[in-house]
Amino acid sequence: MAGATVASAATLHLPHIDYLSILPVLIMMGGAVLVVVVSSMTRRALGTSASTALSVLTGVAALVAALFQWHSVTTHGAKVTIAGAVVLDGFSVLVQVTVAVAVILSAMVADGYLKREGVDGPEFHALALLSASGAMVMGSANDLIVVFLGLEILSIALYVLTAMNHKRAESGEAALKYFVLGGFSSAIFVYGIALTYGATGSTNLPQIADYLARNVVADNGVLLAGMALLLVGFGFKVAAVPFHMWSPDVYQGAPSPVTGFMAAVAKAGAFAAVLRIFVSSLSTVRTDWQPVVTGLAVLTLVVGAAIALAQRDVKRMLAYSSINHAGFILLGLEAADPRGVSASLYYLFAYTVMVIGTFAVVTVMARDGDNGHDLEDYRGLARRQPLLALALAVLLLAQAGAPFTTGFLAKLQVVSAVVAVHGYVLAAIAMLSAAIAVFFYLRLAVVMYSPTGSVADPVPAAAGGDGEEGGGGTGAVTELLTFDRGSDAVPGLAVLTGAPPLDDVAERRVTVPVLTRAAIVISVAVTVVFGIVPAPLVDFAHRATLLFH
Amino acid sequence: MTISADWYLGVAAVLFAIGTIGLLVRRNVLVMFMCVELMLNSANLTFVTFARTLNDIGGQVLVFFVLVVAAAEVVVGLGIVVAIFRRRASATADDLHLMKG
Repeated sequence: MAGATVASAATLHLPHIDYLSILPVLIMMGGAVLVVVVSSMTRRALGTSASTALSVLTGVAALVAALFQWHSVTTHGAKVTIAGAVVLDGFSVLVQVTVAVAVILSAMVADGYLKREGVDGPEFHALALLSASGAMVMGSANDLIVVFLGLEILSIALYVLTAMNHKRAESGEAALKYFVLGGFSSAIFVYGIALTYGATGSTNLPQIADYLARNVVADNGVLLAGMALLLVGFGFKVAAVPFHMWSPDVYQGAPSPVTGFMAAVAKAGAFAAVLRIFVSSLSTVRTDWQPVVTGLAVLTLVVGAAIALAQRDVKRMLAYSSINHAGFILLGLEAADPRGVSASLYYLFAYTVMVIGTFAVVTVMARDGDNGHDLEDYRGLARRQPLLALALAVLLLAQAGAPFTTGFLAKLQVVSAVVAVHGYVLAAIAMLSAAIAVFFYLRLAVVMYSPTGSVADPVPAAAGGDGEEGGGGTGAVTELLTFDRGSDAVPGLAVLTGAPPLDDVAERRVTVPVLTRAAIVISVAVTVVFGIVPAPLVDFAHRATLLFH
Repeated sequence: MTISADWYLGVAAVLFAIGTIGLLVRRNVLVMFMCVELMLNSANLTFVTFARTLNDIGGQVLVFFVLVVAAAEVVVGLGIVVAIFRRRASATADDLHLMKG
């Protein structure tokens, strides 16, 4: 009897958990666990091919689940579940679709890379799936602490992924830099949450919005400091200038497929969360944060494009190009209305496909050891492998915003969203930075289509004798020497002793594994087809915001 | 004697500042990790203080989330440090300069 009384007194009111509303996240996490468990149950470690297959299947399953949710959202409307911590609306579904596409494409690209580099095993796929689940959580988070958890699930897995290629010294160095600055930005972000919680009395996004709508909080120092810290934390995550200094090193040092994945998924997750927090929750105090976002956008657009011009390493150039893209996506946040949010979402999807495709080409272009990303290594690619060069050229033009690609529509939409709220100066700066960006994208395209050994270098030769004799031959050998200085393993020596003559280096053909080829074809197809027939995707992004609240 | 909540918030802000400055100034990677922990714990102190003043249990629960995440983060961070510095003598950030530009 007494026991029964105690039991009834201790009854907990557990929130109802609607598992179906977080199905894509669960599929991603389940897939990651499955990959690890299956590989430890089997006698021999699960091969790379088998884990790639599991990873792609998981991505497809999550994509299908997200599309079912889209159906449920369009018929029954958006809903808030799990004690108000998670929201299922068009916005979260589109983020989940973007992340699932990123997972599928990255898994296909990584397969060939892992086999070539001899870092086989299920680890890449398990970590990529976990990281993707974090980005999905950020997209559907309705509470600041859930945003934080999603951010950490995303980031911690990414730190390990960056360090994946244990044979390269740069990989570890990049991971450490990413980790220290990532931890720093997370701490800033948490402190921002704490101050926002103190100022508004809740971490729940609708409750914060409700509080701010009922109370006049003009010049509340705690709230202003909280918002500023939230923006700084996110600025680090999306690599907005002046919080971008980690990104070139990390992009260069991380294994190339990881770089593509990171560029796509980290941006999608972080921008999804920042859009939801600032546009839907803190919109009543937008006069306080909008000028700051404008400043960030201007700096990010201009600095990203300007510094990219000076880069000779293709991965570093793409890092600055990704900073430039972050500036464009910030324009949608600056507009702070449904149109801006829909434009940003569209941009994120288009960017995800373009950037993973681009890094897929970069991955196969690399020599064994993931080195040789100098601009000169791409010289004459069009003559050696015309289709690969064509694919890269299309993806670069799309990133530059050429018409008949999704990249053009993405830039058009964010700029017109800003113009619609009378941000003419900002729009002009964006156009200017797009024009600067065209130059460095085209430079790579020109190098690919120019004949081997030509001295007609379209750039002022920054690296002395590098461009003159025998393509990138000498440069590549010295690079190999430099890179292996710190490591015990000496693949560089092997390459040196058995080094092919310089002409052969210039004539080098790269092998493109089947799955990587498929990923490149899919990226190019999506970029071009949705560029020529824009209606379905634009409509998707537009309706995603209508169901956003 | 009662100590007003402002003092707790002040201590938290000072801890956060020490952590930030330490991370930017110190070059030893392990000390940099400790600075991140200091920053996270200043956020925890802020959460608890606000939970008390707002009379809301939610803020105290958040601290546990932050603690768990901080622990997970340190595990990964130390793993990366061990992987790198197995090849090197010291744990100094200035030694990491393979990539520049």
